[in-house]
Amino acid sequence: MGEFESEFMRALIEHLPVVVVILPLFGGLLALFTGMIQRGGGLVAWLWSLTITAAILACASLLLWQVQVGGHEVVYRLGSWPEQWGIVYVVDALNAYVIFTVALLGFLATLYAKTSVEAEIAHDRHHQFYSVWLLAIAGLLGISVTGDAFNVYVLLEISSLTVYTLIALGGERDRRALVASLKYLILGSIGATFILLGIGYMLMLTGTLNMADMHDQLVQMHARGELAHNRTVLVGFAFLMVGLCLKMALFPLHLWLPNAYTYAPSAVSVLIASTATKVGVYMTFRFVFTIWGGVYDTSEDMYFLALLACAGIVLSSVSAIQQFDAKRVLAYSSVGQLAYIVLGFSLVNEPGVIASVIHIFNHAVVKGGMFMALGAVCLRTGGTSVEHLQGLGRRMPLTMAAFTLGGFGLIGVPMTAGFVSKWFLVEGAMQEGLWAIAAVVLLGGLLALIYIWRLVEIIWLRPPLDPKLVIKEAPLTMLIPMWILIGTSIAFGIDATWTAESAQAAARVILEGAQP
Amino acid sequence: MLGLFNYWLAIIIILIGFYGVIAKRNLLKQAIALGLFQTGVFLFYVSMGVVQDNGVSGVVPIWTDAEKTGPFDNPLPHVLMLTAIVVSVSTLAVAVAIIVNIKRKYGTIEEDEILDIDRGER
Repeated sequence: MGEFESEFMRALIEHLPVVVVILPLFGGLLALFTGMIQRGGGLVAWLWSLTITAAILACASLLLWQVQVGGHEVVYRLGSWPEQWGIVYVVDALNAYVIFTVALLGFLATLYAKTSVEAEIAHDRHHQFYSVWLLAIAGLLGISVTGDAFNVYVLLEISSLTVYTLIALGGERDRRALVASLKYLILGSIGATFILLGIGYMLMLTGTLNMADMHDQLVQMHARGELAHNRTVLVGFAFLMVGLCLKMALFPLHLWLPNAYTYAPSAVSVLIASTATKVGVYMTFRFVFTIWGGVYDTSEDMYFLALLACAGIVLSSVSAIQQFDAKRVLAYSSVGQLAYIVLGFSLVNEPGVIASVIHIFNHAVVKGGMFMALGAVCLRTGGTSVEHLQGLGRRMPLTMAAFTLGGFGLIGVPMTAGFVSKWFLVEGAMQEGLWAIAAVVLLGGLLALIYIWRLVEIIWLRPPLDPKLVIKEAPLTMLIPMWILIGTSIAFGIDATWTAESAQAAARVILEGAQP
Repeated sequence: MLGLFNYWLAIIIILIGFYGVIAKRNLLKQAIALGLFQTGVFLFYVSMGVVQDNGVSGVVPIWTDAEKTGPFDNPLPHVLMLTAIVVSVSTLAVAVAIIVNIKRKYGTIEEDEILDIDRGER
């Protein structure tokens, strides 16, 4: 028995990079069959999803431990085909960190989803919902783990299509979710097709799809001087950047985000707000730094990205202040926080990239927690507008405390995770001598203070509109994941050693490609 | 120039599709234009698989009874586009499913009418 177990463990560890994708893929397929056990899936579908996402979290943790403790990257060749001919999954310091973030948020969002989905999705559809849910997680994890450029496109489309479907399921409660999902579908498909075009130009140029091999080919061509005035390079890079900026929701390509986050079902908002756009940022890291790093002088493009990011921070925060629905406030806030991440890596120095990578985890955790709180509000009061939130502090104290602490994380109050990200970001800007960017970061924090304080004042300091209405606290399956996330943000705000070191390792991986 | 005919055609199809997505008000027409947009990309990829070796044209790498020698066309872009076609069809399926539901809930699939209805509700 002992020998069998160690054989199994050894095989498992050998195949970890692909297990992380196969588990949710087949789990999603099998989730459909839970509809036969219980009509509409119900509790069985949720338990199955929870088991799968817990297993994925275990595998992702193992992978992270392997990369951090082992200190080397994990390479997995699908079907044992060598690099030039087959698809290779590579997990290095950057990857493992993103995979762990997505796996953690996937598990906690699934734990949270039980009561939320029961309230918001029709009861004869839960098995279908959880099936699409697990497929979305499969797509997101696949993007994070693959080392093949076309595989990225395929998994990107898997995750995008499933997310469009999940958002459209909010149409049962509010029909604007359907329009929001269709807008996202059209814009997202255009973005993904631009990415496909960019990959096509790079295939024409280098003759290979493997990311590491592409980088080697480009380095050799650069050494021979063939890249100097090559239009294919420029056009490929341009198409890729536009597609990636749309997926990252960088201003002005963020227009799909506010409606999509607001009208989606609460559990779906939790999942996509914390993971989908972060994975888009990870893709940008891979394409810009791993493949093009050191070969193509990207400084002008980075300057332009930084400009767009600054505009995004200011304009989205100003929009957030004017919204009447708390979910919309958080959606615009997400656009601003993503712009921080883009600003971080556009500085192309170590503190900037560390800020960017750390904020991927910090923002995922904070936004996940805050959307969970709003979902609990939606469950108990039927909506998330400011009328629903008024005076809720006394009646749902635990939920609203989590929301408030998350809000402080967004502002960047010391002792929260947001402060750590902003610290590195300002340090990065100062290192380049860009005082204007540091000023924009601090201005963004100030604007965040305004829109968070506006909500905090409505929640805690105003009397409720209908004092006789009895509103209970959120159920435990919602409170536990909510507080795990907010607690994580506080814990990593007080002692950021682990996140900072992981981000530093990831930043080194990113930047060693970027030095020409 | 004539050798680049495929690429010109691909770009023209891409632009027609892109125009349709932006300019059409009917949601179904936008979905069809999106499919057209993606079809242009398929043509682009497949054209890059053609091989010309010293004026000798590439041969299609499919088994037949006759002996085949010489440069073979690259089948990789074709394989990639098979996947991309599946993605395009799936996207169209999801889009049409959403449009059917929009028709049920709004009674129309004209974008300007839907925007008016949504604004009228506020």
